[in-house]
Amino acid sequence: MTAPMVKAEAVHKRFGRLDVLKGISLEVAPGEVMCVLGPSGSGKSTFLRCINHLEKIDAGRLWVDGSLVGYRQEGDKLYELRESEVARERAQIGMVFQRFNLFPHMTALQNIIEAPTRVKGVVRESAVSQARELLDRVGLADKADSYPAQLSGGQQQRVAIARALAMEPKLMLFDEPTSALDPELVGDVLDAMRQLCSVGMTMIVVTHEIGFAREAGDTLVFIDEGVVVETGHPREVLEHPKHERTRAFLSKVLS
Amino acid sequence: MRHVGRWIAAAIVLLLAAIVIHSVATNPRFGWGTVGDYLFDDRVLRGVRVTLELTVVAMAIGIALGVILAVMRLSPNPLVSGGAWVYIWFFRGTPVLVQILFWGFVSALYPKISIGIPFGGPEFASADANNAIKPFIAAILGLGLNEGAYMAEIVRAGMLSVDEGQTEAAHSLGMTRLQTLRRIVLPQAMRVIIPPTGNETISMLKTTSLVSVIAYAELLYSVQLIYAVNFKQIPLLLVAAIWYLFFTTILSIGQYYLERHYGRGSTRELPPTPMQKLRMRYSRAREETA
Repeated sequence: MTAPMVKAEAVHKRFGRLDVLKGISLEVAPGEVMCVLGPSGSGKSTFLRCINHLEKIDAGRLWVDGSLVGYRQEGDKLYELRESEVARERAQIGMVFQRFNLFPHMTALQNIIEAPTRVKGVVRESAVSQARELLDRVGLADKADSYPAQLSGGQQQRVAIARALAMEPKLMLFDEPTSALDPELVGDVLDAMRQLCSVGMTMIVVTHEIGFAREAGDTLVFIDEGVVVETGHPREVLEHPKHERTRAFLSKVLS
Repeated sequence: MRHVGRWIAAAIVLLLAAIVIHSVATNPRFGWGTVGDYLFDDRVLRGVRVTLELTVVAMAIGIALGVILAVMRLSPNPLVSGGAWVYIWFFRGTPVLVQILFWGFVSALYPKISIGIPFGGPEFASADANNAIKPFIAAILGLGLNEGAYMAEIVRAGMLSVDEGQTEAAHSLGMTRLQTLRRIVLPQAMRVIIPPTGNETISMLKTTSLVSVIAYAELLYSVQLIYAVNFKQIPLLLVAAIWYLFFTTILSIGQYYLERHYGRGSTRELPPTPMQKLRMRYSRAREETA
């Protein structure tokens, strides 16, 4: 078996007195598409944000591509990484947010080339041509010069996907990418994500789109109250949930 | 007749305006002739130039200091944010007039100013404070350091107004804290920062008149010097008022266009400027007559 792209070992996270993650352990293989399901407040988004160190974990270990997230291990001791080192780690992990978070003062094109030129030092011309290619891939070649406010939610989210891809990440994190969209706009975003699956991108997708999880996912993880309740092949988990909590959740979502 | 109240109010306003204009125009002690004589007097124009210089330099110091202090206050390091807090506490808590006087007399406190290693180390350069802190420097320090404290709060409010998701998105792309601040947060904060900064600039233009207390010949002190000789206080104060009003008007217009510029991206379409409105009305009128 190849080394996992993401490995979590008993990851804990507390917000004040609230235990959000109570020991999450899982592995994601390179090229795997993992969909994470769970009721709101279950900790699934928090877990995703721990993977690129937007949240610090309180206990446990988290590796991406073999290196610890946010820390350096020397012997038994963990040392927190410097800010620039954390930034370098994050640059290799793409993230797509529920509320898009495009930079509103920049055009679609400027949004996409910002990080490659500033962070990776790519020359402007090649960043621009790469950005146009990415926009074309998500079906927005004609929107390069539009500001986010001039785009629909679905278009904004596809620009956000292109922006994340411009950093050529080895892992993509999706935090409920379609939850803030009007129903008729969801399809285009899911298409862009399916396209990514087909080119072998490693993806962790927190979603409520059961259909997407069933067709595009390699694994489905059900998280509730900060623990992994059930893991398995999507069809297996969706059709024959072993756990009572999974069954209760699915019956609410699928009905 | 509809809107009776409005008509009555309008009539009262017109009447009051007529009384004021009549009195201003016919009272010879306003000395409008003298105002005309001195409006473009060399000494007055020199004062105008000094006032503008003070405004520009003090605001530049204030804005630069404000950004630094705001970033410091939002720092996770408690010593850094605490230092900024103390600065703001002190400079907002004492009157700017007192601060200007203080800088004017600072040579009494530190007769010698030197650059070198502190606590008894070697000195690289030193100067007599009386020579180094000329009235211009004292004025700039008094106005600029005070402004920094106010600008810090304005910049901080602007930075806090930017959605947390923007910082997260920038961080997730591998941008550092400073890159995020400079490229993502501050440009968006501008929309919130610009309007009060315009107000601060307008207010600064007028506050520079306080510098007259340390005998620095900005606009107000320049006209004071003139009326100390010819005793035409009212006309000369009017000269100063006219110049202040002229520049605050220009600054207000500039602020309008700056706000428009930074409003980009927040609305789908910008509202027309007054000039554009005029032009639209003009072309519509031409179409109708054609």
